[in-house]
Amino acid sequence: MDKLLQQIVNGITLGSIYALIALGYTMVYGIIRLINFAHCDIYMIGAYVGYFCMTFLKLGLVPSLLIAMLVCTILGVLIERIAYRPLRNAARISVLITAIGVSLFLEYGTMFFVKANVRTYPEVTGILAQRFKVGNIVISMQQIILVGITILLMALLQFIVKRTRLGKAMRAVSMDRDAAQLMGIDVNSTVSFTFALGSALAGAAGILVGIYYNTINPLMGVVPGLKAFIAAVFGGIGIIPGAMIGGYFIGAVEVMVSGYGGSMFRDAVVFGILILILIIKPSGLLGKNTREKV
Amino acid sequence: MRKFIALGLVYAIVQILIMTNLISGYFQATLVTIGINIILAVSLNLITGFTGQFSLGHAGFMSVGAYVCAIVTMRMPTIPGFILGVVLGAVAAAILGFLVGLPTLRLRGDYLAIATLGMSEIIRIIFLNLEITNGAAGLIGIPQFINWTWLFIFTVGIVLLLSNFVKSAHGRACISIREDEIAAESMGVDTIRYKVIAFIIGAACAGIAGAIYASYFYYLEPNLFGFLKSVDVLVIVVLGGLGSLSGSMLAAILLALISTYLQSFPEIRMVLYSLILIVIMIFRPQGLMGSREISLSVFSKLGNNKLWDRFKSQKGGH
Repeated sequence: MDKLLQQIVNGITLGSIYALIALGYTMVYGIIRLINFAHCDIYMIGAYVGYFCMTFLKLGLVPSLLIAMLVCTILGVLIERIAYRPLRNAARISVLITAIGVSLFLEYGTMFFVKANVRTYPEVTGILAQRFKVGNIVISMQQIILVGITILLMALLQFIVKRTRLGKAMRAVSMDRDAAQLMGIDVNSTVSFTFALGSALAGAAGILVGIYYNTINPLMGVVPGLKAFIAAVFGGIGIIPGAMIGGYFIGAVEVMVSGYGGSMFRDAVVFGILILILIIKPSGLLGKNTREKV
Repeated sequence: MRKFIALGLVYAIVQILIMTNLISGYFQATLVTIGINIILAVSLNLITGFTGQFSLGHAGFMSVGAYVCAIVTMRMPTIPGFILGVVLGAVAAAILGFLVGLPTLRLRGDYLAIATLGMSEIIRIIFLNLEITNGAAGLIGIPQFINWTWLFIFTVGIVLLLSNFVKSAHGRACISIREDEIAAESMGVDTIRYKVIAFIIGAACAGIAGAIYASYFYYLEPNLFGFLKSVDVLVIVVLGGLGSLSGSMLAAILLALISTYLQSFPEIRMVLYSLILIVIMIFRPQGLMGSREISLSVFSKLGNNKLWDRFKSQKGGH
């Protein structure tokens, strides 16, 4: 029982990371129907920016977090401007290949500049290093901060999307781009804004992972990126609460599988869930079935 | 007829070059890579370019063919054993294609891509954990049977087979699914059946490509067949042009040459590769060939072309 509870705590921590990344995937997919493969590398860049801020500039967690989010925001918007916007009306497969190209460029470009070896985040000290015991369950301060920041960011995102004019524009464009344009919404800047939001969340996820797992490397984004995308599909792609639910679900499943002796098959189980959900309910947990019109 | 003469010539010239040691071992490996990539690309083009089903799992089918062939030839290191291995590899990949295709081909576009990606990752993880595939360490010392002759037979055979398939009534049915699935269905095309057929043929060819890989490079490990391998194949197909077999062949040759050339700058190789990819996609999103084909008549036209004549006469004039 204790073990189960402990795994749930760990699952929520991992799930927070997946949820943060999945939000970026789901918003971008919702608005321009693109699987943004470069998204997972923005997360990696976020981790590296955080690393440089904390190791070389000796900044604290909050300033590093904000700088990482800012750099990732700029990067995300630039990628959209340079690589995706010229292809707005091209076949979707060419945009997808471009996204894969951008992803490879970020991975190997980073590898070129910082070398392929693993980097270690500075040891956490003071209040961050504390651990609490509730019964037999150990909860570290890092876990609390990670989950806390995630929930804060999600609440902020929910507020932006639901309560602001820009959020309204985002929802309108994702519903029907042409109609939104006819209503006077600037589609290009709305898409840029969506990339900015998603990338900022990915940057935050990057630095939080760095603090939690300590080690980072240029290819660290690939596998979590795929899993976060699966989380987005699980919850219903294009639906923001779906990505959050999916992220926590995938995180919990993964931790459970490796906690109970199946760590070799951890990734296989996640992909198996993906295939099952696609076969049973392709529109995802919260998705509505849409009928194709002729 | 002219086609076969041209093919025979290509075969003979390369064979003579190999026999006289004018082609180094390194370049021979590049030739094998080109052959494998051509097979992979034309077979994925059948699925993605002609039938319009977006698959990101080609590496999975390839790995099944590779492992089956490797395991068979390691038990029977003879020519019949090798042929049996290739056939069994193709059959295993085809069966897998059928099993995967039947449920997932109901999905559309990106969802199918993600499902096939998941499938190929599952296959890779299974190979990582199986006893018979020696897990992450991989299989070493697979007997080498592939030479230029075998490579040529398989590559040309598969390309001819697929180009004939595409021109047949079945192939036309596949193209109609790409153009408009609902319209095709209402015209009486059994869309599920043709999608599954295209998937099975594509998977079997990928299995053969895997078998060739195993039999030439005598070393296999599951991580050779990761997500990046599927992406590589997809890149060739899209670069060459969706729905153009000759485009796929052209792109396979071009990319292999670029990658061989970039081998001398290992640090920036992938950076340049990705930049080339992005630039090509931005400036030519339909790929090098679009959906057109090159045929041999182009060359004879070129021969009769006035420009060409003028060029020749100018050359003669100097």
